[in-house]
Amino acid sequence: MREMIISELSQALHELVRGFAHFLPRLIVMLILAFVGWVIAYVAKVVLRSLLRLIKFDRLSENAGASQLLTKAALPSATEMLSRFVFWVVWLGFILLGVSVLGILGLQQQIARFFLFLPRLFVAMFIMFFGLLAASFFSRAALLAAVNANVPSPRVLSLAVRSIIIVFVLSIVFEELGLAEQTMLVAFGIVFGALMFGLAIAFGVGGRGLARRFLEKRFVRGKKEENEDELSPL
Amino acid sequence: MKLAEESYLSDDFLRQLINVGEVDILVGLPTHNNAKTIGSIVQTIQSGILRGFPRERAVIINADGGSRDGTPELVTGGSIDDVRPASNLYALRTLHAISTKYASSPASEVAFRTILAAAELLRAKACVVMSPESANIEPEWLSKLLRPIYRDGFDLVTPTYRRHKLEGLLITNLLYPMTRALYGLRIREAYSLEFGFSGRLGSQFLEQNVWTDGTEGSGVELRFTLAAITGRYRICQSFLGEKDHIERRAADLVPALRQTVGALFSALDPDFPVWSAVAGSQPVASTGANQEVLLTPVRVNRKRLREMFSTGVAELESVFQSILSPPTLAELQRIARTGKEEEFDYPAELWVRTVYEFAASYQKSVISRDHIIQALAPLFRGRVFTFLMENRDASANDVENNIEGLCLEFERLKPYLLQMWKSRE
Repeated sequence: MREMIISELSQALHELVRGFAHFLPRLIVMLILAFVGWVIAYVAKVVLRSLLRLIKFDRLSENAGASQLLTKAALPSATEMLSRFVFWVVWLGFILLGVSVLGILGLQQQIARFFLFLPRLFVAMFIMFFGLLAASFFSRAALLAAVNANVPSPRVLSLAVRSIIIVFVLSIVFEELGLAEQTMLVAFGIVFGALMFGLAIAFGVGGRGLARRFLEKRFVRGKKEENEDELSPL
Repeated sequence: MKLAEESYLSDDFLRQLINVGEVDILVGLPTHNNAKTIGSIVQTIQSGILRGFPRERAVIINADGGSRDGTPELVTGGSIDDVRPASNLYALRTLHAISTKYASSPASEVAFRTILAAAELLRAKACVVMSPESANIEPEWLSKLLRPIYRDGFDLVTPTYRRHKLEGLLITNLLYPMTRALYGLRIREAYSLEFGFSGRLGSQFLEQNVWTDGTEGSGVELRFTLAAITGRYRICQSFLGEKDHIERRAADLVPALRQTVGALFSALDPDFPVWSAVAGSQPVASTGANQEVLLTPVRVNRKRLREMFSTGVAELESVFQSILSPPTLAELQRIARTGKEEEFDYPAELWVRTVYEFAASYQKSVISRDHIIQALAPLFRGRVFTFLMENRDASANDVENNIEGLCLEFERLKPYLLQMWKSRE
């Protein structure tokens, strides 16, 4: 009985040692991959940061309004954020590659899915950034045009333009990421429809006088408005 | 004949130019739906040539931007014989009139480029560009703009006018003082739709990369004047007479800013080596009377001016934060909150700082350059309001003194602009 126990224990120990001996090289490979990945990720981060500084990406981000959002959230600059993001994505990719070398069942499928998801994540980020840029540009254009045309509440108009573009961009981003596509589609329809309906009601009810004045000014030729620009600027 | 010119001048236009041969005088007439005024303007031009240059070979070049009211036909159809009975003068040469349609929509820089190319091909010695809108043009204007070039060897003749004291406020409050302070020459109308130039200045400008450097589009007339200054050409001013009143709408201010201030700001970067080395300013040679000021009373909606300034400062705060320094913005916000009309004051020093900060921001492209120009409109209205209040009961001399004071302020604060320019990233 005693011998049998010792024999079993000895066998278990041998299997453990054999298993560990079998696992150790893989672990070392994983650690090497993680280290090499860290070096590559760090180099990628430094190169990208220099490149972004060279093309004045922070200014572009400021124009897009992204920098203001980051500042409010006490986050670093857009250049730093993007550099760090690339660092983590590259390093995480290498770590996951290392983990797949370990041969843990079930994990490999998840890792493959992650790598398939990466291009979509980048495209979504690209759309989001340029969407914010477009929203900022067009809302500012609307604000300036409204102020110079003496339209009442120019900031509301500008905000409406920005909101519509951002809602539209967000719906595209979520669709690209494949996150709750149906829900997002319905949500976009509801939000966009509600926005348009709200604006129509607001203009119809609240802006009746404004609409009348605008149309009279535009089409009824009669009383000439006293205008400072009768003083020719040139 | 240059290949580059062949590419943007039509074959038919080239054929007509070849038929004309060489000329001494070229009159450029850019048009777009000007049928109402063009007939009398062409007659005046013909009369001016008959009186001032009867022995010279002359041509009228009409660059038309797709008129649909028969403007080109009115230009080419006008015979010099129509003028002779009235003036009792005879030309010793044929006066040609050629029209070309450069595009289906108007573009001042393309029209001007067409005129310059024609002048170069015809080897014109002296050229003049006339505005198709000038209802009160006189035959003498041609001589006044051409004679200094043809007889006295000048390269550019800019006009001066008899104006109402409250007309041309963008010129008196920004364009004239700023070009004077930066480029060092006291040219009153650096941006004008009527001016004369020599063939060599036209050829030199034609070769510049102004047509392809991305800044083309508007204000080419101003860039032409600046090119003459930076190229050290001989410049003089000629008094023409009364500038006719062209009624403008509120919406016209932004295009006017683009044509003048936008063109000036965009020229500052390439011209930096020139203007950064200039200190003070010098008068330019003048013929005829100096700038004359009319004092007839006019009705102005001051309340609207002030409201648009205050609304602009409040609503565009986020835009101004990108363009202006915090002290300048704070000062503008304080002025915008002023309750009483009498207490409202947008002083010259603050206006100059505002303009210089806009110029520096334009150069750094802190936001879209066109947005920077648009954002200047409400602030300009505020400055106009102060100018109106300062000069409400002023005499012609007082108005001139006030403009001179503003010019000196622009010159005094020039180091501030240089400092901002040099601190760019």
